[in-house]
Amino acid sequence: MLGKTANGLYWMYRYLERAEATSRLVETGQRIALTRLGSSDAEWRSILQTAGMLQSFEASDEEVTKDAAIDWMLRSRANPSSVLTSIEGARQNARLVRTALTHEVWEAVNGCYMTAREVLARKVGERDLPKVMGEIRQRTALVRGATHGTMMRNDIYNFARIGTFLERADNTARILDVKYYVLLPTVMSVGSSIDNVQWETILRSVSARGGFRMTYGNDYDPGDIASFLILDRRMPRSLAFCVGKIRDNLEHLCRTYGTTPESLARVSYIQDRYLTRDIDSVFDDGLHQYIQTVLSLIGGLGAQIEIDYRFYE
Amino acid sequence: MKDEDIFDEMWGRHETLRQPYNLFKHWFDGEEPARLRAKQREAEELFRLTGITFNVYGRAEAEERLIPFDIVPRIISGLEWQRLSRGIEQRVRAINAFLHDIYHGQEIIKSGRLPERMIADNDAFLPHMIGVNPPGGVYTHIVGIDLVRTDDNQFYVLEDNARTPSGVSYMLENRETMLQMFPELFASNRVKRVETYPSDLRSSLSACAPPGAGSSPTVAVLTPGIYNSAYFEHAFLADQMGVELVEGHDLSVVDGRVAMRTTQGYQPIDVLYRRVDDDFLDPLNFNPDSALGVPGIMDVYRAGGITIANAPGTGIADDKAIYSYMPEIVEFYTGERPLLENVPTWRCSEPDALAYVLDNLEELVVKEVHGSGGYGMLIGPTATRKDIAEFRKKLRARPANYIAQPTLALSTVPVFSRAGLSPRHVDLRPFVLVSPQKVNITPGGLTRVALKKGSLVVNSSQGGGTKDTWVLED
Repeated sequence: MLGKTANGLYWMYRYLERAEATSRLVETGQRIALTRLGSSDAEWRSILQTAGMLQSFEASDEEVTKDAAIDWMLRSRANPSSVLTSIEGARQNARLVRTALTHEVWEAVNGCYMTAREVLARKVGERDLPKVMGEIRQRTALVRGATHGTMMRNDIYNFARIGTFLERADNTARILDVKYYVLLPTVMSVGSSIDNVQWETILRSVSARGGFRMTYGNDYDPGDIASFLILDRRMPRSLAFCVGKIRDNLEHLCRTYGTTPESLARVSYIQDRYLTRDIDSVFDDGLHQYIQTVLSLIGGLGAQIEIDYRFYE
Repeated sequence: MKDEDIFDEMWGRHETLRQPYNLFKHWFDGEEPARLRAKQREAEELFRLTGITFNVYGRAEAEERLIPFDIVPRIISGLEWQRLSRGIEQRVRAINAFLHDIYHGQEIIKSGRLPERMIADNDAFLPHMIGVNPPGGVYTHIVGIDLVRTDDNQFYVLEDNARTPSGVSYMLENRETMLQMFPELFASNRVKRVETYPSDLRSSLSACAPPGAGSSPTVAVLTPGIYNSAYFEHAFLADQMGVELVEGHDLSVVDGRVAMRTTQGYQPIDVLYRRVDDDFLDPLNFNPDSALGVPGIMDVYRAGGITIANAPGTGIADDKAIYSYMPEIVEFYTGERPLLENVPTWRCSEPDALAYVLDNLEELVVKEVHGSGGYGMLIGPTATRKDIAEFRKKLRARPANYIAQPTLALSTVPVFSRAGLSPRHVDLRPFVLVSPQKVNITPGGLTRVALKKGSLVVNSSQGGGTKDTWVLED
């Protein structure tokens, strides 16, 4: 496979994952704002922050209002992670690697792009939001479905999966990075309504409410939430799950190519050193410190993969 | 032009249904127009989803556009096709012999059949190719011959595309679409298959590999990239052949071979089907600013380390000034009379011809010698006075830059429109594969159709559409 093709596959699936992550946050914001009294603009500020978009948004000199925040996250071309830019990025990369994709996957991603262009052509009103988000979610799910259902389990698939899980790990880690303080075990505010909103935001933004309830019941405990999002290998957006998947796919590549690249050593290190322990020891290290370390290790892993598989040179 | 001046391929000149269209017409009469209209929309949706688009140069938003597709097939009888393909094969063999001669002994010039200045002063002549022997002796691995028809038995070659003919993906997708939409038509009509083109292409290219390549040569398609107007086709062909689609920056010369950068290091390529112009192929040997090519590929090529398809320098054979000599060229190399006619052509570089052209601009089509895509041409009968006056100036300023031809009464084939079946002018581009062993002509080709009533311009960049082209088994 061409290095360029590996690169294109990796980014196609990163963008797709990013589009989903951003749209999930829009839905979270909408949901929280709807069900809470008080200033919804403040909630949106918090959502933008969770999405890692607050800084870039503020640089655009707009006030944080519900409408402006939604538009920024959904359609803004100035925002490199908006749903629309991400889907365009996915499709652009899909064109680049057209020969590596099955017909079904290409049609699904092209169809996803056509739908996104259509439903995001102009500002989306609050009333239309659920329908629009639903359509986009369905379209990205189709790409995923076509990928699983029609692609060979070879190196092409491995690079697609590595892109998916690097982006996902990065997303979850970023959400934890900006929200870590609400997960710290303090006696004072536990159970207060503020924390409940924050916890709900976190769980919703990684589609984990149902899974969490199934595992822990209805009592939100910050330690449980942290453990669920970081260490639980059953939870498909946890750091442990994502890094485990990256490792599986890198191992598969090693077997296919008969090489043992540096990136495999790195992913094993992250997994063995940081993701196979219990949550108390994480808190002992300092949650924030821990998350920042993992975040930068994941970034380094991505860069190493680009080198090992000759994405650029 | 009056109606009876024009030959319609379905109705002839006198409203008598021609035989190849019998079964189609029968089917068509039994169809609800509303259903067909829905099918037409369905076809467009299918094309959009598949991403069969082309980029139009010179548009602010480099948007992708669809080429309109018409559901009425263009139908050619087996006998008509047999005659045509004999003529095409003859012409393509002559072109290859001509290219070999031009870059070796230049016998045709010595014999006085072709003036030396046609080669010496021609930008399309590539001195780098002098004395070079392409693997298997093949210059034009893929050729598209543009044909027009004016009568039952009268076809003309309008143009030979010997560099990098495009459009074959439309031929294939048009057929695929028709098969999906109207399977019943293919049950009643016995239509020759075009679907084998991609595998034929791969084996034809493989057969042209350099001698050292082994039994299954590595083939790759070289594209200028996703912003090129024909990118869809490049990706489509690579995909259908099951080979890599590469860009210049994926390639390097490594140990005297052209190799592509893969996830496992550099892998040598035996045959490169390039869809990049000569000028951009090698920044070391040609345009130094090219970012599309591979530095040093020409040196590998000259040393016999890679097959480039089509060979560099083949543009000399489809140059419009050379075109006018094609009848002589065919005779010189095959010793036979040309089976396919050229359109009579005035070379404006010759004073007598120029004088005639200037006097008759209202009736002629004037083309730039190096132009393509229907740009920079004058169609006398439909041009405004102002256009004609402007062209007169251009012709006087640079006569050698132009050729002129009579305005042909191009045949029509009906399209399905609001008013039912309405005649529109068409041309035909059959695709030809050349290997040392054989010349393979895919039965059918790309039919382009001018969708505007009365228009003679079929180019997709100027509002033309396409049709599925059927060759029937007789």
